[in-house]
Amino acid sequence: MDRDCTDELAARVRVAGASRTPLLIVGGDTKRFLGRAVAGETLEVGQHRGILRHDPAELVLTARAGTPLVEIEASLAEHGQRLPFEPPHFGAHATLGGTVACGLAGPARAWSGPLRDYVLGVRLLTGDGRVLRFGGEVMKNVAGYDVARLMAGAFGVLGVLLDVSIKLLPLPQDERTLTLELDEHAALGKLAELSRGALPLTAGAWVNGRLYLRFEGSTATLGDVQRRVGGEPLGAAGVLWSSLREQTHAYFDGGEPLWRCTLPPLAPALPVAGASLIEWSGQQRWYRTPGYDMFHLADTAGGYATLFRHAPGGLEPFAPLAPPLLRLHQGLKRVFDPAGVLNPGRMYEEL
Amino acid sequence: MVSPEACAPYECDALTAHRRTPDVVVLPETAAQVMEVLRACRRHSTPVVARGAGTGLSGGALPVEGGVLLVLARLNRILEVDPLRRLARVEPGVTNLEISHAAAPHGLYYAPDPSSQVACTIGGNVAENSGGVHCLKHGLTVHNLLAVRVATIEGEWLALGSSAGEAPGLPLLALVTGSEGMLGVVTEVTVRLKPVPERVELLMAAFDDVGHCAEAVGRVIAAGIVPAGLEMMDAPALRAAEAFARCGYPQDAAALLLCELDGLANDVERELAAVQAVLRQCGATSLRLAKDEAERLRMWSGRKSAFPAVGRLAPDYFCMDGTIPRRSLAGVLEGIAALSREFGLQVANVFHAGDGNLHPLILFDAGRAGDTESAERLGAEILELCVAAGGTVTGEHGVGIEKLGPMCSQFGAGEIETFHALKRVFDPCGLLNPGKAVPTLARCADYGAMRVHGGKLPFPHLPRF
Repeated sequence: MDRDCTDELAARVRVAGASRTPLLIVGGDTKRFLGRAVAGETLEVGQHRGILRHDPAELVLTARAGTPLVEIEASLAEHGQRLPFEPPHFGAHATLGGTVACGLAGPARAWSGPLRDYVLGVRLLTGDGRVLRFGGEVMKNVAGYDVARLMAGAFGVLGVLLDVSIKLLPLPQDERTLTLELDEHAALGKLAELSRGALPLTAGAWVNGRLYLRFEGSTATLGDVQRRVGGEPLGAAGVLWSSLREQTHAYFDGGEPLWRCTLPPLAPALPVAGASLIEWSGQQRWYRTPGYDMFHLADTAGGYATLFRHAPGGLEPFAPLAPPLLRLHQGLKRVFDPAGVLNPGRMYEEL
Repeated sequence: MVSPEACAPYECDALTAHRRTPDVVVLPETAAQVMEVLRACRRHSTPVVARGAGTGLSGGALPVEGGVLLVLARLNRILEVDPLRRLARVEPGVTNLEISHAAAPHGLYYAPDPSSQVACTIGGNVAENSGGVHCLKHGLTVHNLLAVRVATIEGEWLALGSSAGEAPGLPLLALVTGSEGMLGVVTEVTVRLKPVPERVELLMAAFDDVGHCAEAVGRVIAAGIVPAGLEMMDAPALRAAEAFARCGYPQDAAALLLCELDGLANDVERELAAVQAVLRQCGATSLRLAKDEAERLRMWSGRKSAFPAVGRLAPDYFCMDGTIPRRSLAGVLEGIAALSREFGLQVANVFHAGDGNLHPLILFDAGRAGDTESAERLGAEILELCVAAGGTVTGEHGVGIEKLGPMCSQFGAGEIETFHALKRVFDPCGLLNPGKAVPTLARCADYGAMRVHGGKLPFPHLPRF
């Protein structure tokens, strides 16, 4: 099952580069909905799979990009460890490479940090078929520019990820979810207040008038948390957090455009009709709505919007970049993919 | 400033072995003035080197010939501390510790704590992606940044990141962090603040064998505990620190481990018990828990003053900065001891052991003929050991000019060419801190010629002179 397909992939990309044939990079094909459509030949990376190294005492895992996320997570759990950013899978076949390329993190994001914080090193295939290695398997590394982290959320436009090294963290001893009935404004205030304190909050969500708070730590601490925070303990809370992470929660049903707004924690609710769903410590807010200029509204509130799912025709999924930033993006694209064959247009038309 | 007398204090950073009096020193007070300087440099094709407090250890702020030294120390205003959103927005010349002081009334602090935190500026921290003794749990600079404002040499402003914590497009904030002033000049920094932990405990363990101490480091982490700090010192380092700081380190130990745990009281107590059990199993000859805050700070004072303490043992020292996988710790230490004997120069070792970051301190006497060259060669050999163990030539001090040679061992021609191409995207004329951080391929060819590994030359396709 485990296979090193570096040579085949490099040969494919070299041919594509020479003939300027666009390639659509596909791992487990679970996140095609996210981003712009790519017209090109499919480059399957899912065969290039296998965990290469995982020494629990190092808190580092290195695996080939096509390794299924479920395989990695199961292997880590055996050793009492996990991927700290709690990535969404969006399907049974999600791979490590696709996860890193999309740069998505789950409920723990506001406390554990974004996915890119945990990327220690990559081996990647450039658009002209060169295999390069950046970063490594150590926690601290400032040799050369941080190209490894640059790949987190780059949607494959700068290179085909071959191997990725990720920092891990131990699983907590225990967890508990508490729920309180609060309106949106009060919920945002509560999330901000708890985030400022020392309690081990690791996930927050507000949906249908209820605030859900997940705490992790020793069993003794969690009892103490409940006394301090109040609220009702929620049974089988894993189901809730998983339904939020995987967007299988009823809020996400239906085909209306789904906007993700990334906002400063205490930003007031956006002036948009319809219910929102709030995650993290208030920085991630979902809206199901057509007919608003969400890019503008989120920008005004100090953040930005992404049209995550069900984009009506003609709408860009990602917020526009300021002209100097876009020029830098184009310059970087030329460095890593001079022929412009890797996922062209997946993020922005110009990339 | 142009007079040699006025410019002289800026001739070097904390890598004092390399000095050059700058031709011009500019001390802007506003971001707009920084931009004017950059535009003028671009117009006149004049190189420009940005500098914060000059505490860098790799020569990154060494002036370049015919260039402007852009000192950012006067951009030192704290623009905003927002306890509700847990962030601080500051100018680049604000010192690392000032941020924590400004946040303290709100029960918050800025986590990365390089040993120079009293003096080093946040702008310099961004340029170097500085670490400290609490990185394993609380992260490096890159993990604690929300946004930066950057002036480019092309005369444009970039807003990277956001107070929401993320921004659309490629993660350029991470790319710019640690880029050593090669890609742009940071004029404003927004950092994430953390709540001051409820409880902090510091445990000191002595070992009569360095290998046992190294083993203990891995075992603590494998036990599912992420200490806030996990610091190790070998015998020469701990004795020098004790002589300097009178901090209560056992003089007869072969190695010392400081393990700090922070968090909620219950969690810290549980972890403390687990760590003590592991350390005993690993053969710790003594265990001591700091009984109060004063003792905790005293126990840290030895470690934090280890560099100047070791500095007293010889007229000069070089501080190395390799990082290795923790499992290689014992082997690399043996290798360093062998090299120390081979070169006839003493080496004292202090480590951020939790994240595998080694700081071997090479003692020498620059006044003795050949000593400096020997020490530099010994340093390069130590970094080779780190690369061979799967590590890196610099964990947190940066490449600057000091590690240009060793960079050639860590990276191949393809990666190095990519670094140069990446710089050209931001700085097409090569005016920002030229000659630093990334070696030329010609230099790598020379470096390779100096040291041939098993008959295999790096960069075989390059001509050699």
